[in-house]
Amino acid sequence: MSSSLLTIRDLCAGYGRRRIIETLSVPAIEGGSVTALLGPNAAGKTTLLRALAGLLPMTGGLDLCGEDLTALSVAERASRVTYMPQSLPQRVALTVFEAVLAALRASPLAGMSPEGARNEAMRALERLGIADLALSSLDELSGGQRQLASLAQAIVRSPRVLLLDEPTSALDLNHQHKVMALVEEVARERGIVAIIVLHDIALACRWCKRVMVFSKGAVVADGTPEKAVTPEVLAAVYGVSARVERCSRGFLQVSVDGPA
Amino acid sequence: MTSRVPSAGSGQSEEAAGEARAWISGYDARIRRRLVILVLLSLALCASFVLDLITGPSSMGVPHALKGLFGLGELSLPQRIIIFDVRVPAAIVAILVGAALSLAGAEMQTVLNNPLASPFTLGVSSAASLGAALALVLGIGIPGVPPDWIVSGNAFLFAFASVLLLQGMARARGAGVETLVLVGIAMVFTFNALVALVQFVASQDALQQLVFWTMGSLGRASWNKLAILAFLLIILLPLSLKDAWKLTALRLGEDRARSFGINVARLRFVSLVRVSLLAGTSVAFVGTIGFIGLVGPHIARLMVGEDHRFFLPTSVLTGALLMSLASALSKVLATGVVLPVGIMTALIGVPFFIFLIFTSRERT
Ligand SMILES: Nc1ncnc2c1ncn2[C@@H]1O[C@H](COP(=O)(O)OP(=O)(O)OP(=O)(O)O)[C@@H](O)[C@H]1O
Ligand SMILES: [Mg+2]
Repeated sequence: MSSSLLTIRDLCAGYGRRRIIETLSVPAIEGGSVTALLGPNAAGKTTLLRALAGLLPMTGGLDLCGEDLTALSVAERASRVTYMPQSLPQRVALTVFEAVLAALRASPLAGMSPEGARNEAMRALERLGIADLALSSLDELSGGQRQLASLAQAIVRSPRVLLLDEPTSALDLNHQHKVMALVEEVARERGIVAIIVLHDIALACRWCKRVMVFSKGAVVADGTPEKAVTPEVLAAVYGVSARVERCSRGFLQVSVDGPA
Repeated sequence: MTSRVPSAGSGQSEEAAGEARAWISGYDARIRRRLVILVLLSLALCASFVLDLITGPSSMGVPHALKGLFGLGELSLPQRIIIFDVRVPAAIVAILVGAALSLAGAEMQTVLNNPLASPFTLGVSSAASLGAALALVLGIGIPGVPPDWIVSGNAFLFAFASVLLLQGMARARGAGVETLVLVGIAMVFTFNALVALVQFVASQDALQQLVFWTMGSLGRASWNKLAILAFLLIILLPLSLKDAWKLTALRLGEDRARSFGINVARLRFVSLVRVSLLAGTSVAFVGTIGFIGLVGPHIARLMVGEDHRFFLPTSVLTGALLMSLASALSKVLATGVVLPVGIMTALIGVPFFIFLIFTSRERT
């Protein structure tokens, strides 16, 4: 499968009259690998992802492999772009399997047979390693387990653009890396654009080919982890004095010494 | 570190495939259990329907009525009239109203994301009462409506309008479901105050009528009303079921549902139109009947969970069953008197509900 290419041009988005993102343009985002979106709280990361997914009014150009995403209907756009919200799924009397099935069957464009949907849902749960939770009810799961269920919902829809808003915020060390490995694998396999919001910089540097550092609604650093994650950027964006060093395996590590 | 990374895509091991088959069959077993629950509820509803037919204020004994009903004994002409012309329509209307209110409550709780939402708690019933009060006390009605339909017509119009008002206000503010619920609660108080105002100026006679109306009674059942209710349910239930997956997805959160491509604003609007039709008609025909719309869905949820393919039909049945039982009970508690059914619904619904809450706690 050929890789997708997402272009963002002069994107503006906000809430009501309050603009959060002003004319944002970034070099085209390539599919096949994972792109991390870093930045402090309230930088506008969630706002950006929701605007890309069509959940928030936006202006500007959004182009996926030559197709203008802004011209599509809600349902068509959702079939190409999937957004996993930052908040966990509500505690409801639904099993994880049903929740994942709903992600497939509820879409107005779902042309999938019930049998096909079941197989897809089953596969998604197995890939995430949560098949044992399939019949557990969402109202009796732990926070991290619900986050994994939420991720299964996003992955199962096999979009061209996968937007994940802090998918690892509730996960333990093992699951953080499992999830990142899976997202990286899915992106590579299907050639999709995967943008993932993270607060763990080391995790981003370990798994993402490209890192965008976002602050106050604008990109302040963009490129490979080596290029984007520097002491200067960390000081400017997070206000911390930090060292960026390589571990013995060659991945970047960030050690924070204190406030800048 | 990398050794723990899943190797998906590679051939599945025998063990994993066996595991998958195991839980898929577990899921199928669950579906079967839900179908069994639906069948059992339907059977209980049939039994309750018969019970509703053989009870009532008449010299005809229960055993005699039971035999007559199944063709095992002779019924006199007046007895036939009592059973087939009075009790049958009332018993069917009880079932239809219970079904309609419970379905309305179930959809409302889902689209407003609030377990306390019901036609009663969000002002639909209060609005209907105001419409009825205007007709009963002040004689204000929709022009052109035949006299014996004025009260129902008014009640329906107000109930329907209240839901549209709810919609409109929420949409004008561009706000979320919290606003909808708050507006609904504000409407309850507004309409209740207006009803009180009308009551204040009402004559002794009209006041009595109004109080009786607000208690809810199946005495106003007729074949015409029955036909209208049945028609509505036959049209609207399949439409609700068509949206079942969307409603299920909405339970997971609004942003999530929208990211699946669901037009949530439209879904909410269409669903609330259905609610207003169902609740408006029910309240217009039999008066305010609280509790069914609130508790019917909760009982269904405890029984089958929130997969709306099962949750909606189960709500329909639990509501119908509660209402039918309430109707039968309203006739046997005091001999020779039919208590207003609106009073009975709470009296039998609450214990049943509490029983279910406690038994389901034990299970988990
Ligand atoms: N629903 C909303 N209505 C109005 N303003 C909002 C809303 N949601 C977010 N904002 C504002 O938009 C700005 C960006 O918020 P956003 O949620 O995009 O931040 P974020 O980068 O995702 O932060 P975090 O890391 O804390 O999730 C903040 O200043 C916030 O106050
Ligand atoms: Mg955020």
